[in-house]
Amino acid sequence: MTATTMTPADRADHLGIHQPRLPKWGPAVIAAGSAAVAIAIGLVAGLQSKIQWGLIAAILFVIGQYVIASRVEGRRQAKDRLATALVWVAFLLAVVPLASLIYETIARGIKVLNGYFLTHSMNGVVTIQPGGGVYHALLGTIEQVAIATLIAAPIGLLTAIYLVEYGKGKLAKAVTFFVDVMTGIPSIVAGLFILSVWIMMLGFGYSGFAGSLALAILMMPTVVRSTEEMLKLVPNELREASYALGVPKWKTILKVVLPTSIGGITTGVMLSIARITGETAPLLLLVFGNPMINNNPFEGAQASLPLYIYEQWANGNEASYDRAWAAALVLIAFVMILNLVARGIARWKSPKTGR
Amino acid sequence: MAKRIDINGLNAYYGDFKAIEDISMSVEPKSVTAFIGPSGCGKSTFLRTLNRMHEVASGGRVEGEVLLDGENLYGPGVDPVAVRRVVGMVFQRPNPFPTMSIYDNVAAGLKLNGGVKKSDLDGVVEESLKGANLWNEVKDRLNKPGSGLSGGQQQRLCIARAIAVQPQVLLMDEPCSALDPISTLAIEDLMAKLKDQFTIVIVTHNMQQAARVSDRTAFFNLAGVGQPGRLIEVDDTQKIFSNPAVQATEDYISGRFG
Repeated sequence: MTATTMTPADRADHLGIHQPRLPKWGPAVIAAGSAAVAIAIGLVAGLQSKIQWGLIAAILFVIGQYVIASRVEGRRQAKDRLATALVWVAFLLAVVPLASLIYETIARGIKVLNGYFLTHSMNGVVTIQPGGGVYHALLGTIEQVAIATLIAAPIGLLTAIYLVEYGKGKLAKAVTFFVDVMTGIPSIVAGLFILSVWIMMLGFGYSGFAGSLALAILMMPTVVRSTEEMLKLVPNELREASYALGVPKWKTILKVVLPTSIGGITTGVMLSIARITGETAPLLLLVFGNPMINNNPFEGAQASLPLYIYEQWANGNEASYDRAWAAALVLIAFVMILNLVARGIARWKSPKTGR
Repeated sequence: MAKRIDINGLNAYYGDFKAIEDISMSVEPKSVTAFIGPSGCGKSTFLRTLNRMHEVASGGRVEGEVLLDGENLYGPGVDPVAVRRVVGMVFQRPNPFPTMSIYDNVAAGLKLNGGVKKSDLDGVVEESLKGANLWNEVKDRLNKPGSGLSGGQQQRLCIARAIAVQPQVLLMDEPCSALDPISTLAIEDLMAKLKDQFTIVIVTHNMQQAARVSDRTAFFNLAGVGQPGRLIEVDDTQKIFSNPAVQATEDYISGRFG
């Protein structure tokens, strides 16, 4: 080869820095190919489940791309592609069930979900007939979760503040340990605890409030944990800056530390609210369920959305199934709205960096 | 209103570790005193004992006395919070409060301590920002967040915040180490102006800076690794940089050591 015909790429090749690469559309083609092969295998072998088809396609894609890439591009690139492929497959494995769950709930729930459903109770509705609504359950859930939050959020917040700002030595270690233990309490155990203390020992009846107590037990440790992490993120320099101005410690916490971390704290509290909103087991024991509207969370059996779904499903007929799905949709929407509100608050309150 | 500080036999500890040992010296009022010395020799620790910030760190404790115009800061019945209102501090890295606007940052000390009328605040904020040579740059955006300023502006904002509470003494812990030469110059000019009003103590690693801004210089050093830091000598800056009494000081200043 003479100097005149040498292209820039040829010249660079003397350094050994040019490696053959798969074309940009390579992975897409391999993905399509593995999907096609997977479908073929599925049809030939007579596999019924689409999930099996998908898994075969995923495995073929990961292996196929690794083999092709190691042939064409060399081992290092092949490993890179293998890791990328595994990340994508893991992502799909996580997202597909979520998307299908939401699709399924919306598709089945939307059928009976309307203004009537949201504003009427099940009072006097024969379960095998369509009609009735979720109003009493939604009301019960809102009241119970609100009371649980009013109990758990302040205690959790103050505990976290104690642990981060004041706690030293044995007491702080003991508190941290018990918070960890509380995190692991199964919800039914929390329910049984309140049942034995509140209802059996102290002699109170079933009520939304009893359910709230159990929910508060479940909520408290998550509030403590998330708030603790958020408070730890506040740089120590800010506390010192405040002390150096002669601001007392409690005021520093109230006016500097908490405002700096309020976005994250709110998100944490909202997430723990979302978590307890879906709890069923303790409510089964303590709130009991009620087809009628009971405005008073402190007296008498109430309903709640998870309980309602459980009851409707247990009825075992078409009309009840529809109501259960619609209630599930309402529950998901309720939690979703809470999360969006939390996001909004977090964004609104978090430290701003604009000029 | 600027006060004189006399330190007698001061030891400071972190838990069991003795960080500085037996320091006795005086800081003259209405002047700039610079602390120089190698890293880890206890300059910053010593500075923090002067407004009782040392004990904020876990395990921090102090022996000896710090007299502010004759009153011992470590005497019985002294409230560290009240001490910090008299002896203000500016830190190495600018640390404006991220949730507050420029105005609120400057007003923070007064607002959080209470007792100041809203109508008086505007005047104090303007005076403090003018005092920190920042007013012209921020007067049109007082309600924007303080974290949106440049590093040098943020540091001057922190100085404005510190002088807004009208302290007697201003401690500065390497206030220019995170700043470029132009911002450094702005802060050095500011120090020359502020010393008419305050007693200023500055920790610095930059010996030219110590020579430029300070009236008196104290040199600190360690006897060895794991040993507490000690005060080697303190004298007029001119004397320290031209004809120091101790050989170690000369070695350090001329760069032969540390």
